[in-house]
Amino acid sequence: MAAVTSPTRSPSARSTSPDPAWSRWANGHRKWLFAAPAMLFVAVLIVIPLTWTIYLSLTDAEGSVRAESSFIGFKNYVDVLSDTDRFWPAVLRTVAFTGIALLFEVVLGMAIALLLWRPFRGQRWVRVAILMPLVATPVAVGMMWRLIFDPNIGMANQVLGWVGIGPQPWLAGRSTALPTTMFIDIWQWTPMVALILLAGLTSLSDEPQEAARIDGASAWQRFRHVTLPLMMPTVIVAILLRGIDALKTFDILYATKGRGGGSFHEVETLNVYAYGLSFDYNEYGVSSAVLIIFFLIIIGLMWALTARRKKEANR
Amino acid sequence: MKSPTAYRAFRVVALAVVVVSLLAPLLWMVAASFKTNVDIYDQSKALVFSPTLENYKKVLRQANYVQFIGNSLWVAFAATVLSLILGVPAAYSMSRFNMKKSALVVLMARVIPGVSLLVPWYYVFSNLRMVGGFTVLILSHMFVSLPLIVYIMMGFFDGLPLELEEAALVDGLTHIGAFRRVTLPLSAPGIATAGILSFIFSWNNFMFALVLSGADTKTLPVAIFDFVGYASIDWGGLMAAATVVTLPIMLIALFVQKYVVSGLTAGATKG
Repeated sequence: MAAVTSPTRSPSARSTSPDPAWSRWANGHRKWLFAAPAMLFVAVLIVIPLTWTIYLSLTDAEGSVRAESSFIGFKNYVDVLSDTDRFWPAVLRTVAFTGIALLFEVVLGMAIALLLWRPFRGQRWVRVAILMPLVATPVAVGMMWRLIFDPNIGMANQVLGWVGIGPQPWLAGRSTALPTTMFIDIWQWTPMVALILLAGLTSLSDEPQEAARIDGASAWQRFRHVTLPLMMPTVIVAILLRGIDALKTFDILYATKGRGGGSFHEVETLNVYAYGLSFDYNEYGVSSAVLIIFFLIIIGLMWALTARRKKEANR
Repeated sequence: MKSPTAYRAFRVVALAVVVVSLLAPLLWMVAASFKTNVDIYDQSKALVFSPTLENYKKVLRQANYVQFIGNSLWVAFAATVLSLILGVPAAYSMSRFNMKKSALVVLMARVIPGVSLLVPWYYVFSNLRMVGGFTVLILSHMFVSLPLIVYIMMGFFDGLPLELEEAALVDGLTHIGAFRRVTLPLSAPGIATAGILSFIFSWNNFMFALVLSGADTKTLPVAIFDFVGYASIDWGGLMAAATVVTLPIMLIALFVQKYVVSGLTAGATKG
């Protein structure tokens, strides 16, 4: 039909001159025309709400979202920062969870990446296997480990029994719950670190390796003094990407221990604490203060790591 | 590792340990989903048991999971398509015009804890009586999808040579015409990568739906969480539900492995 109504127009002519004035304006302003919708979305859904969170943190908002609230200055911040009962333990747990999980993920991830570095038969299948934990739905992963770590019927205690170790309480124990959730995080996210580091290894040139080999360096020396220094920028990217998400871990903690990180708050990290304050207890003012502090901690750590990465990249 | 043969043997064993420890728990979950609750409690039936489909029948028929699967599909699909429409042109501009500050603003969304946005969203949307509807849920998932897509596509456009667009301009296309007819078709692999990753992240998202979804708009991760709200856990049903949510994503990852890996490692090796 189009051919009948406009027989003289070729496809390219249509795109060049449908409306010259509009087209010229659009092409001249394409930089902002392309970027503006996404920027507007970010402004409306992220920047404005975040500003409101800052405002809420200075009020005594609680209970119903339709309730009146009044401005109370920095009282929430003072209360939160002097709260040694819930806030500071949550900070400690967040730091411990992230630090320990990240350490294992980077070391194991590097080991796996090195194993996968040189091509071998069946490499494709090993890579598929590695991908499985990290695409699995975290809530489902939490439920899966709840069954495996069940003190009575779980497979974990049975495996321990084979090697002569007595049953452990795992997620149900007051002191074992947090390390168990770290284990789950390590199981799920080590593959992610391994894939990032593998991408880094693959992009390295072979020459420094060869030179070190000719000089008679052992495999360990070559790793320690050649590969690792060259890999540092990638390692820092991996720590940055994984660290941000580890700090914000919520799904597996909430799925395995529920509200408040368990009855004794065993796995209550800052994110779980802030979520609980907001949506289990409706303490919007206090929770906003916790969130702003949490956000500042994340920004601070990121800034430190990025500065480190720039230093490494410039060397 | 003195000799290459010794290293090769060591590597086979080490890789086997890695693969088994990563896959065994998942296989255990799938196996339990085919067991009766009696068999799950019986340690001697760990590996040898008579499989049953009862758990799946229960989950799909009684527990309304067909509807939850539909909800999850719709939310992930809509959030991904809308984020691609907004994100791909934005990433193009940010890459071509080197808009570092604008890019930083969008990418900040990857850093912000989701809860700090959930609180104000919940305030606004419950006063508008929109909590529990699909619109809010899809918008909230775009908070994850859009920055992810911008991040992946910026890296992709950075690597796409300018010459092809310049040739199109010489041939008489406008800038926007060149983007539409030359750059976009060439970006298909990047768009596929970004789209698949966005879909997976949205499908797996739990926290936003936990607060913002209603009884009719509940997504699968929330449905699984609600499964354990009762006194004793129905392990068989729970594992069937967990398998229902995980298996589709694992199959996607299996078939488009290359895209998933390149999306996850995007930007990792730049200086």
